[in-house]
Amino acid sequence: MAQAASRNRKLLARIGEHSTGIVASVLFAAPIVWAVLSAFKPAAEARLPPLPPWPTTGFSLENYATLNSFGDGLWVSAQNSIYVSVMTVVLSVAVSVLAGYGFSRFRFPFKDLFFILILSTIMIPFQSILTPIFLVLTKLGLHNTLTGLVGVYVTLQLPFSIFMMRNAFDAVPREIEEAARMDGASNLTMLLKVMLPLVWPGVVTIALFAFLGAWNEFLAALVLMTDQSKFTLPVMMTALQSGRFGAIDWGAVQAGVTVMMVPCLILFLALQRFYIRGLMAGAVK
Amino acid sequence: MTVITAATPAPPRARKVASRQQWIGLLYVAPAVALVVVFFLIPLGMTAWMSLHNWPLMGEHSYIGLGNYVAILRDTRFWNALRFTAYYTVIVTIAIFVVAFPLALFVERPRPLTNLYRTMFFMPAVVGFASASLLWSWLLNVDSGLFSPAAYDLGLIDRKFNLLATFQPAFWSIIAMVVWKVAGFTMIILMAGLQSIPQDLQEAAVIDGAGPFARFRAITLPLMRRTLALALILSVAGSILAFDQFYIILRGGPRNQTLTAVYWIFNQSFVSFKLGYGAALSMVLLVVLVALSLVQLWLLRKPEGLD
Repeated sequence: MAQAASRNRKLLARIGEHSTGIVASVLFAAPIVWAVLSAFKPAAEARLPPLPPWPTTGFSLENYATLNSFGDGLWVSAQNSIYVSVMTVVLSVAVSVLAGYGFSRFRFPFKDLFFILILSTIMIPFQSILTPIFLVLTKLGLHNTLTGLVGVYVTLQLPFSIFMMRNAFDAVPREIEEAARMDGASNLTMLLKVMLPLVWPGVVTIALFAFLGAWNEFLAALVLMTDQSKFTLPVMMTALQSGRFGAIDWGAVQAGVTVMMVPCLILFLALQRFYIRGLMAGAVK
Repeated sequence: MTVITAATPAPPRARKVASRQQWIGLLYVAPAVALVVVFFLIPLGMTAWMSLHNWPLMGEHSYIGLGNYVAILRDTRFWNALRFTAYYTVIVTIAIFVVAFPLALFVERPRPLTNLYRTMFFMPAVVGFASASLLWSWLLNVDSGLFSPAAYDLGLIDRKFNLLATFQPAFWSIIAMVVWKVAGFTMIILMAGLQSIPQDLQEAAVIDGAGPFARFRAITLPLMRRTLALALILSVAGSILAFDQFYIILRGGPRNQTLTAVYWIFNQSFVSFKLGYGAALSMVLLVVLVALSLVQLWLLRKPEGLD
């Protein structure tokens, strides 16, 4: 009798827990799902309140087409965003792997000073030095270029990614290098052929953070990219949402938001393990 | 014979080669240092330098000493922005913790579906602030959005209510959006802290007859001090620099009541093109943030007697 009651109570508790979990999950997912589904409505329907969120008058890609007709178009901004994000990933990985290896394996003058200098950049918000960055880029002839924006984004990633990579290299036993050196490997071949495969998880983590950082960044892109043909997706979408191209087309906003969110979500779901790893590494520091 | 040679101390020449080998490290770190110098150190120095000048976008700049800083003292709109930023930071940080802490307790214990819940709660965190703001600016729209029309259709209100037209509803809408976006992130950090608490400590407390609340107060909270401090600092530092959501959803309105510090600097520097004045404002913000970083180092110090 008492046993049955306790079993019942356990069952009730479990039902309670899972209903809480499901309700909370729905709340967190709802805005994303709402936007993704609504974007597939025909333009006339997309103007109306999204009740229900899915298209009721037929599935359509009209909103994406409309979006492409604003200003220089969705495709140009998407290309800019892809270029900036991919270049940020490639360069920040290259620079951080080299620097992480250098800081982990060599003793040279000013080593500690340089390391602290790079890490301390995290204490000072880039928002407060945007004006001079703008002037520096102008001096370098990189004003209003995607390359200049990439330079800024790579620098923003450095404290986190160099810290990550130095720790990753520190964790590799020195015997492995000594064995390779016996076989006559030079420094660089050793780094690329022997070490890189061993620190690969760290590389994936910093690449993921670099991509998300560059893809989602708004303020620097807004300030530094003055020409419409150079707009990244967040800047272009904000211009559209502010009514810069005439009446606000909410269907186009839904489509644009979808384009901005989906790559992040796919990458996160595919590489979740690496993302959480990076978060923890940053957290225990 | 070769074995003996290898065992003797390296001759000076070999040591020199070895030390040259070490110098190569400089080459490895050079690109990183160069980037930090060009995109961080020089701009930082320039910010300080520019803040002492009247510096328009076009034309000559002139040295005015502390003129900009004197002007800041009289700039009531900047102080209002700073006050609003502080207010927002306090409220949003409390709101995030109120949501994230229960979530962390919920997903900390392993049980079926926990991983799925964790992923679901975390998803908004990987979406950018700009995307989230654009998405919510649509959901909050009075005619084409979700909240107001849905409340109207359900009969909760007699006519559509524009959430973004007055301060209170607009402010709380932003809070809701930020909590939705950030709570999962804070949850993961708090969860890591919870999981690092040794299980046997909790069990010993149970044997001693401590109730759940006493255990939470006497074990969980003290042992999570560093984690809590970290989550707190990330939230505070992020909120002080808030810009995207206020620019995209509210444009600083209604009636300029939601201009944040970064937003005001942005306006002065890139709308009014008073670059010198913007630099001086940046220096003020920078001092606030560096002070905060020092507090952070103090809060995150290792507990005494423990490693």
